[in-house]
Amino acid sequence: MAASTPVAPAGGPAGKHPAPGAPEDSAPPRRRALLHRLDVRGAPYAFVAPFFIVFAAFSFYPLVYTSWISLHRVELATMNVMEWVAFDNYVALWEDERFWNAVGNTITLGVISTVPQLLMALGLAHLLNYRMRGSTFFRVAALTPYATSVGAAALVFTMLFERDFGMINWMLGLFGFDNVDFENNKWAAQIAISTIVIWRWTGYNALLYLAAMQAVPRERYEAAAIDGASRWQQFLTVTVPGIRSTIVFTIVLSTIGATQLFGEPLIFGQGPNGITGGADNQYQTLGLLLYEEGWKNYQMGRAATVAWVMFLLLVLVFVIQRVVRRAASRRSAPTRSTAS
Amino acid sequence: MTTDSLPARAEPRPGDVQKSTGRTRRRPTLRIRAGRQHHAGPLAYVLLAIAALTSLFPLYWTMVAASTDNTRVTQTPPPLLPGPNLFENLARAWDEAAMGKAMINSLIVAGCIALATVLFATLAGFAFAKLRFKARNVLLMLVIGTMMVPPQLSVVPLFMMMSDLGWGQKLPAVIFPTLVSAVGVFFMRQYLAEALPDELVEAGRVDGAHSLRIFWSIVLPIARPAMSVLFMITFVHAWNDFFWPFIALDMSNPTVPVALTQLSAGYIRDQSLIMAGALLGTLPLLAMFVVFGRQIVGGIMQGAVKG
Repeated sequence: MAASTPVAPAGGPAGKHPAPGAPEDSAPPRRRALLHRLDVRGAPYAFVAPFFIVFAAFSFYPLVYTSWISLHRVELATMNVMEWVAFDNYVALWEDERFWNAVGNTITLGVISTVPQLLMALGLAHLLNYRMRGSTFFRVAALTPYATSVGAAALVFTMLFERDFGMINWMLGLFGFDNVDFENNKWAAQIAISTIVIWRWTGYNALLYLAAMQAVPRERYEAAAIDGASRWQQFLTVTVPGIRSTIVFTIVLSTIGATQLFGEPLIFGQGPNGITGGADNQYQTLGLLLYEEGWKNYQMGRAATVAWVMFLLLVLVFVIQRVVRRAASRRSAPTRSTAS
Repeated sequence: MTTDSLPARAEPRPGDVQKSTGRTRRRPTLRIRAGRQHHAGPLAYVLLAIAALTSLFPLYWTMVAASTDNTRVTQTPPPLLPGPNLFENLARAWDEAAMGKAMINSLIVAGCIALATVLFATLAGFAFAKLRFKARNVLLMLVIGTMMVPPQLSVVPLFMMMSDLGWGQKLPAVIFPTLVSAVGVFFMRQYLAEALPDELVEAGRVDGAHSLRIFWSIVLPIARPAMSVLFMITFVHAWNDFFWPFIALDMSNPTVPVALTQLSAGYIRDQSLIMAGALLGTLPLLAMFVVFGRQIVGGIMQGAVKG
């Protein structure tokens, strides 16, 4: 709107305002008007430019270049030498057992870390939404794991899940269970790793849900209460639909996070088995496979291929999710939908 | 690299953004009262106490393990009360596990990233919220679209680029790719759209102030609460960022999360020393949480409101 008042600056400086760009004050009015127009037109672009420049240089360009690299044989030691191999890397990956193993592990780890995490976050948010004493303490406490780095969290949980002296086996022992080998048993290892993920992110998601819950209009609860809905029914029929878009949003976020799982299995693995995701690759994710191909086997072309496949997998998950959601909403079409 | 450095958020919802930010709560916010506000019963307290305990116990136990010695940590039943060696172990971790250097590096990296992110996000957020220019909406959609790009897609070429630039194993390699954050831009846009009255910007124009001057003397003071929240959240993310620093740096010049992997790699057998390292790497953020926890919680909740 300021662009439409080019005369304004000429009238302004007479007032108390100290000369903004000192020297300009004495310049002839026409030049100042020109400068002003240039400023109004150009400044917005200058203000948003840093974001786009950095993104283009360090994210977009590499993104495009990744697909080019994935069509080549490139070794870590001689990264300037690129040998064209067309789709060989993709074919090799397709035929590689470790790849399918990593896809499977990424999916199972993703499911067992995401589903309980979001359900627990929903419950926790519900509790935090009560009016109570010490609510700030409970919120900060719930968020504290989020401030712990993957490294520290994985180290602590590695110790808690330790086979011989770990606290979790000690507690299981109190109930008469034998010690579980949480590293070498495939499912035990995956449960342990997903525990780290769940521990770190539940509180964060709970706060997202809590914020959404507080925006649900009170009248809906009152209406439901008049209809005789119990608190549990209110939770199901008012709260959950009311925060539906936040739930979808957290599902998207956690799914992206789950496909990228890297630090937890790497550090949980301990020592030489870290990158391979356990001695038998029992918890190697695609992220770890990417790293192994590139920085342990020195095949950058193959690493780039894994990166692209990870992205495609993510896209595939969202397509499936969309289809399922559409099918589900078609079935329950007659129900009232208030959420946007 | 730019995609995940903040809690992303759903679409805006006018009215939520500028309330309850930062320290200064001018009036009790209406919206907090608008939700469901039953009083918590005893069961809710018990469950919340269990949740808080679960959240805090691993950190407490890190401290316990870091304060004893190797033989005590590996006994059954495990120790539950702190021992006498905490400071000794922390000092050893600082030297032997290279945590000292790692912490200084992390401080530099997270500090630079958080400062740059806040500055650029505020600039861009102001432009998107209050300035008129062609392609504004298209560019804003582009910013939001960049959130979808997973960082794995760029690590291989990024690694090549950094060695071409001579930044292999150097801190700029982890600083530069993360200097901006799409979520940060969006966060500041939402905040300024609400908190900054159009009239103030116009008044600045009428007084003949140029855009940078308006930014400096009108926008910045108003944006300050949101900027400090964004700074803290970005700092936490940058401090804990793992995947790319792990690739770009090595043990001679690590950040904290990278140095922590060495603790797990089996060179160090002393379990209480490992825990001391883990504790040391988390302490700065824990201290920040103790002091500013409420603001960080508020910032995350503020950005989260449904669309």
